[in-house]
Amino acid sequence: MTEILIYVAITLALFVIGYMVRVYELSSSIRGKKQHIVTEGDNRLMARFMLTFLFAFFAFVIYNLESYGPRTLPESASAHGVELDWLFNFNMIILFIVFTITQIFLFVFAFKYYGREGNKATYLAHNNKLEMIWTVIPAIVLAIIIIFGLKNWNKITEPASKDAIVIQLYAKQFDWTARYAGKDNELGASNYKLITGENPLGIDSTDTKSNDDIVVRNEFHIPLGKEVEFKLNAREVIHSAYMPHFRSQMNCVPGMTTMMHFTPIITTAQMREKLNNPKFDYILLCNKICGNSHYNMQMTIVVETESEYKAWLSSKSTFKKKAAAPAEVKAVAAK
Amino acid sequence: MSAEAHTHHHEAHASNGHHDEHHHEESFVSKYIFSMDHKVISRQFLITAVIMATIAMGMSLLFRLQLAWPGEKFAVINMILGDKWGKDGILDPGMYMALVTIHGTIMVFMVLTGGLSGTFSNLLIPYQIGARDMASGFMNMLSYWFFFLSSIFMLAGFFTETGPASGGWTVYPPLSALPQAMEGSKIGMTLWLISMSLFIVSSLLGGLNYIVTVFNLRTKGMSMTRMPLTIWAFLVTAILGVLSFPVLFSAALLLISDRSLGTSFYLSDIYIGGQALEQTGGSPILYEHLFWFLGHPEVYIILLPALGLTSEIISVNARKPIFGYRAMIGSIMAIGFLSFIVWGHHMFVTGMNPFIGSVFVFTTLLIAIPSAVKAFNYITTLWKGNIRYTPAMLFAIGLVSTFISGGLTGIILADSALDINVHDNYFVVAHFHIVMGVSAILGMLAGVYHWYPKLFLRHMNKKLGYIHFWITFVCAYGVFFPMHFLGLAGVPRRYYTNSAFPMFDNLVDINVFITIFAIIGGLGQLIFLFNFFYSMFRGPKSEQNPWNANTLEWTTPMEHTHGNWPGALPVVHRWPYDYSKPGKEHDFVPQTVPLEEGELDGGGH
Repeated sequence: MTEILIYVAITLALFVIGYMVRVYELSSSIRGKKQHIVTEGDNRLMARFMLTFLFAFFAFVIYNLESYGPRTLPESASAHGVELDWLFNFNMIILFIVFTITQIFLFVFAFKYYGREGNKATYLAHNNKLEMIWTVIPAIVLAIIIIFGLKNWNKITEPASKDAIVIQLYAKQFDWTARYAGKDNELGASNYKLITGENPLGIDSTDTKSNDDIVVRNEFHIPLGKEVEFKLNAREVIHSAYMPHFRSQMNCVPGMTTMMHFTPIITTAQMREKLNNPKFDYILLCNKICGNSHYNMQMTIVVETESEYKAWLSSKSTFKKKAAAPAEVKAVAAK
Repeated sequence: MSAEAHTHHHEAHASNGHHDEHHHEESFVSKYIFSMDHKVISRQFLITAVIMATIAMGMSLLFRLQLAWPGEKFAVINMILGDKWGKDGILDPGMYMALVTIHGTIMVFMVLTGGLSGTFSNLLIPYQIGARDMASGFMNMLSYWFFFLSSIFMLAGFFTETGPASGGWTVYPPLSALPQAMEGSKIGMTLWLISMSLFIVSSLLGGLNYIVTVFNLRTKGMSMTRMPLTIWAFLVTAILGVLSFPVLFSAALLLISDRSLGTSFYLSDIYIGGQALEQTGGSPILYEHLFWFLGHPEVYIILLPALGLTSEIISVNARKPIFGYRAMIGSIMAIGFLSFIVWGHHMFVTGMNPFIGSVFVFTTLLIAIPSAVKAFNYITTLWKGNIRYTPAMLFAIGLVSTFISGGLTGIILADSALDINVHDNYFVVAHFHIVMGVSAILGMLAGVYHWYPKLFLRHMNKKLGYIHFWITFVCAYGVFFPMHFLGLAGVPRRYYTNSAFPMFDNLVDINVFITIFAIIGGLGQLIFLFNFFYSMFRGPKSEQNPWNANTLEWTTPMEHTHGNWPGALPVVHRWPYDYSKPGKEHDFVPQTVPLEEGELDGGGH
């Protein structure tokens, strides 16, 4: 009922505005004024609005920074992420300076040079020196930004070290499965044609490298300080493995295997203390639209000490053991 | 009908002001519906775009309600979407994605491409270069009607059983190729592909026309360097379109093939619905390359016309030449060229070769340079100006402000290392909305207010224009600025709700803040809609040159004349930016005024 009243009110308001406009136009034409002519009074008013906006805008930006800034991601939980955060801040400082200077010039000029009777604008058509200055300086600043950026990019995307722990992350509508490469640190072959209810990743059991692979759901653990390399696959559509706390993201594309790697530097327990939040967890989210439940495709990530990690991993069954297990055990394991 | 024959035909009847009625007995249908007159066609584009924009904006308000108050009941949701997609007033997750998809598609293509280029290229090219009409009035007419049809098909998805396309406006396969993957990949996706194919045809017909007209139909004295910047912008935009839209078309054709003919261009190793599909060898990344090969130039196809309009409006209203006319032309051309070699920056995290990623970082940062030059030139045009604040001028200044804000965050996104953590999250959403959804729209609105007298022979209401600007400008920043922080908090885009992750629980108030500004901003557009439609019929009649501008469109009579000038075409003697030229009686000198003894053209004294 209230909704209908609101719509009626809006419609009535529109009619009222319409009549007010008509009255205003008729009355100004009676007075001999053309309503569309912009007067010096109009210019002065708009100029003042422009200047007011400048202040309000910066107040708004500062409010956002103070109120929302602290709610952005906490410090990086990965080694490469620390440098990325530095790079981000470096960029933002430059951008902020440019933003401030240009918006000030824009709105101050908009305020200062409003049209007045008897005033004449200055006929300045071009100035090559100025153009040169503001072509070369941005070019230099951007060159510096690129150099830092690409240095980081090369480091992040170089191949993982040989002794990185290899984990496959398998994405499907709408959950994640992690497969550890196990003791041989090599993932067994897999093929989508081998997918069954009991073998959702299509692992090839004839490949001996599969025997020590460990498949887990709901959460996966990684040890502090050791590089992890993720091999990413998707079952039916593009997904994306997004681990924002670790500043890592890589698409999972059906038909190919993508990879990314990082070294965690803060355990879950340590981060809980830092954030004063005993319920905090690192999370893996899907970040490429993948269907109706895209918004709830997650897996918990636990970073712990090496001994805790080893204990956790040894409590999980390998692929070979699971394959040989009787039906009831498989049913339980599949949950 | 060649341009030459057309011109002679009209010049032969110069003495007869109503020669068109005399010789082409135009029926209502041929005059207003299937018109081949660029002025009618531009109005058709504009009105269609305004309607589509209103619909698409309405969609955004629906899904913003869901984002701010997830799971809460809203009667309006049930009222509009019925029990199927809005049961109990709660938005269905599949429909959420459909709304997001169609909102994006309509805004990017129908509104900002059709509505910007279609309206203003059609209106201004023949007028400003001194031509009777476009090179091919017939192709022009087709261009509009294909656009109209494509708009109908885009909305048709809402009237199907399974709903419209819902894989995001980018519709990546395999999601969009497999009907089993999602309801929105069924008939809705087919309709989307048909709509886009028709749209591409419309764009190509229009673009070819614009290019040929600019190169061939300029009037005597209208050299390339005496053309207003609007025309330069429209020309480069049209070239971009002609070269890049066919690539999207090919992407769409291959997608249609994968969907209907069992091919595997984009598909390989897929297990879905309990079945391992036969297709192997294809790659979804192929689609991404083909899509973004258009997708990136597309955003410049959107932005360049808005920048061109702004150059004109700022110059006319500051009563000064646009600062750095040649630098502006150079920037337009540099942006146009570079826009073809940056597409990979949308694909940094697809797993493509990191070296290629570096190349795209480099080219993308290059494109920032001409963009910066343009922004600085606008600001310098204001310096020591004598600014007349028409509503159009307000919008033009608003464009410059948001172009700077949105452009700067582009630098973060261009940096592949930094893009890793913000790709596909709200940081990106903030960036592209500020540059396209605000900046380009402000440019379009500036154009509507400024050229309304030429479109509809009347004036829009000035005070309503002022109110509309300030509500829009303030609310736009209110909506999109906080989104940067959501992105930096890790919030992904296209999420139905953020409530599935405890890490986003402390961001709820930001979403509410955004939605409230969106609702106020949305309601503010009603003022514009009222002003726009009301003034068409009741607005005060305009004079011939209400803004005291120099360009040729303001020398045509105040009634729509087939052939634009009754009599001979104007002859041009100077560039369009002689505002406040020293030694002149008025603060403007139209292009048709001959140079005096010893007077220099093009910015010299």
